[in-house]
Amino acid sequence: MNVHRRIAPFADRVLPLLATVAMLAALACIFLYVPNERVQGPVQRIFYFHVNCWWAAYLGFFIAAGSSALFLWRGGASYDRLAHAGVEVGILFCTMGLVTGPIWARPIWGTWWTWDPRLTMAVILWTIFAVYLVLRSGARDEPEISRYAAVLAVIGVLDIPLIMISVRLWRGIHPSVISAPANKGGLEDPRMVTGLLVALVAFSLLFLWLLWLRYEGLRLRDELHRLEDRMDESTR
Amino acid sequence: MIAAWRILHKDLVLELRTREALSGLIVLVLLILLTFTFALNPEGASAAAPAVQWVTFIFAGLMAIQRSFLIERENGAWYGLLLCPIDRGAIFVAKMASNVIVLGGAQVVLLALLVLFLGVSVPVAPFGLLFVNVLGLIGFAALATLFAAISVRLRAREMMLPLLVLPLLVPLVICAVEASRIVMAGGTIASAGPWVRVLVTFDVIFSVAGWMVFEQLVHE
Repeated sequence: MNVHRRIAPFADRVLPLLATVAMLAALACIFLYVPNERVQGPVQRIFYFHVNCWWAAYLGFFIAAGSSALFLWRGGASYDRLAHAGVEVGILFCTMGLVTGPIWARPIWGTWWTWDPRLTMAVILWTIFAVYLVLRSGARDEPEISRYAAVLAVIGVLDIPLIMISVRLWRGIHPSVISAPANKGGLEDPRMVTGLLVALVAFSLLFLWLLWLRYEGLRLRDELHRLEDRMDESTR
Repeated sequence: MIAAWRILHKDLVLELRTREALSGLIVLVLLILLTFTFALNPEGASAAAPAVQWVTFIFAGLMAIQRSFLIERENGAWYGLLLCPIDRGAIFVAKMASNVIVLGGAQVVLLALLVLFLGVSVPVAPFGLLFVNVLGLIGFAALATLFAAISVRLRAREMMLPLLVLPLLVPLVICAVEASRIVMAGGTIASAGPWVRVLVTFDVIFSVAGWMVFEQLVHE
């Protein structure tokens, strides 16, 4: 509760402002500052959003798994809410990544979708955490569901390396931009790196803000249920 | 360990006396397989055999594993199990083991039916095929047993078990199908090496994780 009270003023007032400024700066970078990619042309500019969607999605899922593990280990409704918020925000960015990908792939690869390892991985991740939300939505006011959902999040993240290895063995055309050297498919212009970093900051801030909003939403919902129960008791 | 053995013994005696699970499972396997043979082009059917085998196995297996928890609901048997002064992990180990045994029986029948219906040739070295099947069986049983313990207490249980398990099973499906394809074509285990390694890792991770987190699921 103490931590919550210390974070709240910052998260309520400063974070939205920072996220808005950073997002505007990122948009300016992407549309005005970074140069056109030599082969792909302006289509490549979606990269700055696409990559950062995945960053935020994975961040959300790993936060969810981490706080789920803490919840199973030590209990505590705040870990549970953080896990739930992490999956909700994570799946939002995961969906955005899945939408921005095909928009880029259609003109560049000539197809909306292929079963490349990273794409396969993305879809499986999406399904695992969509099921998490289905599980959560199934039952209201059931303390058991929290523990089931936590087990699913932990097992889901344990599964990630196995999925990665098996889909890589299975099929292998997605460009590796970040890890590739500059002259072999990496980012050639230093302005591109700047653009990517600004967008990274913007997405991270947006992520944190959304995570906070969802966390607060879930906390207020629990509070409301508690008050409703109390009212029922007193009228009885 | 003794506790796990006692529960396993109870499940096996129950199964031997009623033969409910295995007979139902075998008929279900037969029916899913028949549906596949009508849907597949007979020319390419044997090439599709590894995929048909694992899809049939997984869907029939989900039903059987769900059932292994449903029978505990009768007469409050589940609360009897939970009241036993034993490590809850032992319940998981026992349930997983009894599921492995029942599903193993169904899998032997399934392989025989594949030879019969899809024209799969009997492999020269059956040990490779056996090994791959046992690995797939253990990984599947570990994950499905863990999540059946969850789904059995949800309202939409018939729907939730496949929803929970199928996305997590993807690595197992990919590797079991590819490894089966290799050994069915007469390849050795060594030539299916990378697939088999992922299967072994999958089995170890989810058997151990299931045993460790099961306590949390039956915490009441």
